[in-house]
Amino acid sequence: MSARLATGGRLIDRTRLVEFTFDGRHYRGFDGDTLASALLANGQLLLGRSFKYHRPRSVVSAGPEEPNALFGVGEDAQFTPNVRATEETIQDGLVVRSQNAWPALGFDIGRLNDWGSRFLPAGFYYKTFIHPRPLWKHVFEPFIRRAAGLGAAPTQPDADRYEHRYAFCDTLVVGGGVAGLMAALGAARGGERVMLIERSAHWGGRAMVDGGEIDGRPAAQWVADTLAALEAMENVTLLHRCEGAGVYDHGYVLCDQTVGAGPAGRLWRVRAERVVAATGAIERPLAFAGNDMPGVLLASAVRDYVVDYGVSLGDRTVIVTNNDDAYRTAKVLLEAGLQVPAILDARPNPDSALIQEIKDLGVQVHAGRGVAKVLGRDRVRGVAVCIQAGEGAVLQEIGCDCVAMSGGWSPVVHLWSHCGGKLVWDEDRTMFRPDPDRPPKGADGAGFMATAGAASGALSLADVLEDAADAVEAEAPQCPPEQAAGIEPVWMMPQGAGQALRAKMFLDFQNDVKVSDIRLAAQEGFESVEHAKRYTTLGMATDQGKLSNINGLAILADRLEARIPDVGTTTFRPPYTPITIGTLAGEARGELFQPVRQTPMSDWHESHGAYWEPVGQWRRPYCYLRDGETIEQAVTREVLNTRQKLGLLDASTLGKILVRGPDAGRFLDMLYTNMMSSLKPGRCRYGLMCDENGFLMDDGVVARIDDQTWLCHTTTGGADRIHGWMEDWLQTEWWDWQVHTVNLTEQFAQIAVVGPQARTVLERLGGMDVSAEALPFMSWADGTLGGVDLRAYRISFSGELSYELAIPAEQGLVFWEALMAASADVGATPYGTEALHIMRAEKGFIMIGDETDGTVIPQDLGLHWALSKKKDDYLGKRGQARSHFQDPDRWTLVGLETLDGSVLEDGAYAVADGQNANGQRNVQGRVTSTYHSPTLGRGIAMGLVARGAERMGQEVAFTRIGKDPVSARIVSPVFYDPEGARLNG
Amino acid sequence: MADLTISSVTDLGMITLRGDLEVLGRQTRAFAGCAAPEQRMSTASDGRRLLWMSPDELLLTCPAAESKTMVASLRAAFGDGFATVVEVGDARAVFDLAGADVPGMLAKLMPVDFDRMAETEIRRSRLAQVPAAIWREGAVWRLVCFRSVARYAEALLRNAAA
Repeated sequence: MSARLATGGRLIDRTRLVEFTFDGRHYRGFDGDTLASALLANGQLLLGRSFKYHRPRSVVSAGPEEPNALFGVGEDAQFTPNVRATEETIQDGLVVRSQNAWPALGFDIGRLNDWGSRFLPAGFYYKTFIHPRPLWKHVFEPFIRRAAGLGAAPTQPDADRYEHRYAFCDTLVVGGGVAGLMAALGAARGGERVMLIERSAHWGGRAMVDGGEIDGRPAAQWVADTLAALEAMENVTLLHRCEGAGVYDHGYVLCDQTVGAGPAGRLWRVRAERVVAATGAIERPLAFAGNDMPGVLLASAVRDYVVDYGVSLGDRTVIVTNNDDAYRTAKVLLEAGLQVPAILDARPNPDSALIQEIKDLGVQVHAGRGVAKVLGRDRVRGVAVCIQAGEGAVLQEIGCDCVAMSGGWSPVVHLWSHCGGKLVWDEDRTMFRPDPDRPPKGADGAGFMATAGAASGALSLADVLEDAADAVEAEAPQCPPEQAAGIEPVWMMPQGAGQALRAKMFLDFQNDVKVSDIRLAAQEGFESVEHAKRYTTLGMATDQGKLSNINGLAILADRLEARIPDVGTTTFRPPYTPITIGTLAGEARGELFQPVRQTPMSDWHESHGAYWEPVGQWRRPYCYLRDGETIEQAVTREVLNTRQKLGLLDASTLGKILVRGPDAGRFLDMLYTNMMSSLKPGRCRYGLMCDENGFLMDDGVVARIDDQTWLCHTTTGGADRIHGWMEDWLQTEWWDWQVHTVNLTEQFAQIAVVGPQARTVLERLGGMDVSAEALPFMSWADGTLGGVDLRAYRISFSGELSYELAIPAEQGLVFWEALMAASADVGATPYGTEALHIMRAEKGFIMIGDETDGTVIPQDLGLHWALSKKKDDYLGKRGQARSHFQDPDRWTLVGLETLDGSVLEDGAYAVADGQNANGQRNVQGRVTSTYHSPTLGRGIAMGLVARGAERMGQEVAFTRIGKDPVSARIVSPVFYDPEGARLNG
Repeated sequence: MADLTISSVTDLGMITLRGDLEVLGRQTRAFAGCAAPEQRMSTASDGRRLLWMSPDELLLTCPAAESKTMVASLRAAFGDGFATVVEVGDARAVFDLAGADVPGMLAKLMPVDFDRMAETEIRRSRLAQVPAAIWREGAVWRLVCFRSVARYAEALLRNAAA
């Protein structure tokens, strides 16, 4: 029975009671308790169920490596799943739920899986659910999905705030144990800007529990003194409850801080010149039968619970070990008045000062012995002792309530490895440790990272401090040396255990991977450690194999009769422990989720019924809804009104790029397929841009401003991309051409004034001559209208008489409102993007992204007239000369009208006879744009059809989803006003 | 951050200059009183500031009212030379941030090492998900972003200051 001791517990305040609930029952703990220590203090040993077999589990550790004790913490909008009980401190009123158990933690139906576990070995699911195929979708998959996933997803939006924080330093020290403190102090004394972060709420690391002497003082005193010294230094930032989660290129480190007040979490995004990982080490479990039984813990965790929280896991603890460190646990337990009936030491002749000290305290040390199996059903009742060298014959049984195990220590090499730091297998210390000669490297090819202390593989206090001092080239404090007997590698206990025992030796506690599973994986050919991991799920749970990886690969190596370093580790990937999605999102939620770009007139649109459409990060009105109108009715009204009277369009989002310089004409001749250098000042020309492969990627109207200056209009989505494209060519290929580009997209509000009444209204505003003579089609002029300085372009995307007016953005709204007022009596209405699209389709104008999709060249669209024959070269010319583009069977642009006047479906395919090699029906074309034309009163469409331009008048059938195909006739894509009579009003 | 104020600046003229910085600097000194700044730095004179934007680009800020004449003067001075002068004030939104811990607030949104930023330095960086530039005007921090995202930028700043 776990219980609170009468005294002790350095992290708890026994004068302050804290109440919380666990699965609906009320519990009390002390301020400073973790969920784990508080529940253990209340005698609640059963804390979770394993993932696959639903075996009863309790804590195995007291830190971040905990695989078992995971809870759902909080309620509703403050619920977080998979919280480690070993790290979450209790607070008054905290609501805690167990996970992965149904109907209750104490009685879990899923345990049936355990009793049938010999039928559920590694690869069971892969092998079993293959046949019969139809059962997968309807039976197997739903069943597995219901059983899969650990913890419940929150059901409400998170009520907490989160933030990011960028920081910069010379040296970032991750880990606030003695090594981290030492490294930080050394770096800070050298004048560096230092950040020291510690993932727990307390400084000092293991030394606070394990003690020792530094500079003639108790370790705890040295920690307090060093901390005080660091706090007093202005060049040092100290953060606790802040984990170094991931190390990335060029010294970029993500740190996950739990804050609590204000933001719940803060993601530090640190750029460090140098990173020192003082991340300590994790004790390894031993693989013996029943090692997952509640009451079997890491030896260090057993003493942590006593020293930190005044909690004992039981009156009698048997210690099983292959190294000296576990003897410290015996000492702590005896000092707390608890019993240690035996220490089973797998080494044949263990001998050191510490061992002798424990023996002198009256503890029986059984050398060369191990645990054959743990006795008990749902909790430890004792251990059966065997010879480590044997096969598990039981020599004796020893009664106990707790088993403290230690298989040695593994340095926390995660951060070192994230960005490419290499490891080396240290035979003497039986561990993978960072290879200082192969660190993660920065942009200059030099290492930007070091490890300090136990993270380097140092095991004694003296070695830890020495190593940490070395890492920052500082002087190490004095420390009495320790004599320890060497570790004896033990990967399986006993070493000759048979199948029955191996099937109860757990490696990965969270995913229920046993020694037998790894051996089976090896036997079935999954010899790579990465394959074995995926086949068995070893190390794939939320704990990412902190306890299981090394043991697992050692078992694999043994089965393959390979050396451990030859098998290698799996890849260490950030984050070190899971980070909540809220912390990663930071401020990017709600209205800040993503920037929404607005034009100067956006608010006006909003207040006039705009139904918005996202266009890139812009929002543009799709149409303006009036009372009781449907979207379709609004669009129809806007098209007819524009064609018959006047429509106004906010075209501000179109890209506007100034291109200027002595070589600007030459430059634009290369970028556009047609000739731009020959354009006269005051004139406009429609142009096409292709990529190097010849595919059409953007279009727009180019205006020649003066001798050296052009203004290029791009599509809304193309503005930034085309500006980047221009700069790319100028900076990398034609760096000696004298050309400047300036992106003026947002400098101007642009308004299209479209329809038969356009000229009338502009003349009414007055200030410049907009007559057909003064401002003919495809020309522009600077002037004023209604007292506002602007540039007027006579261009048209609708086929109507049309002006586009570019006004300084600041005056955009005022001018728009003036225009509205001046044109109210002629019946002007604003129109949205859908009316724009319909009107251009009625005229057969292409739209980038509709008629093009990255596989279409201008020739496919009948745009030969826009491809200059006079120019030696332009981007895409060579690509367009390739043989496939000369194929007469290419799909080319046509107009399509259904025989019954209906509207073709968007993206519908034109069907052809026969089937292709995949058994799919052959096709001969597809619809690229399709609308109901309000002007013509029937469906119109554009499409790409095989040899389309040669097949005028032919009928082709187009698919409809869930219906029979519909016939359409191939016609000219210009449906309306083919003579262009309306252009001049 | 109770003492922090965020105010929108609407009377700032902005002029982009591209060309050889030495050539540009001679004329900006003549017409605006600001010589070409060093890399990533700015120079200031009498309500105007000239900021380094790239190896061939400067940004001149001035009172909005004089922006147009300044552009005309500079263009005339460069004549047919390879230099580009364009007004961009309308394309931008400007915020002045005042208070004791503006850098602390901005550090939530901008990957900028404010501690190591010189008095006259400008950083072209980003504000969460949008491009932004930041520099100091005396005790005030001046932040510039594109006009279309002004509302997003202001909401970001207010959220970070809360």
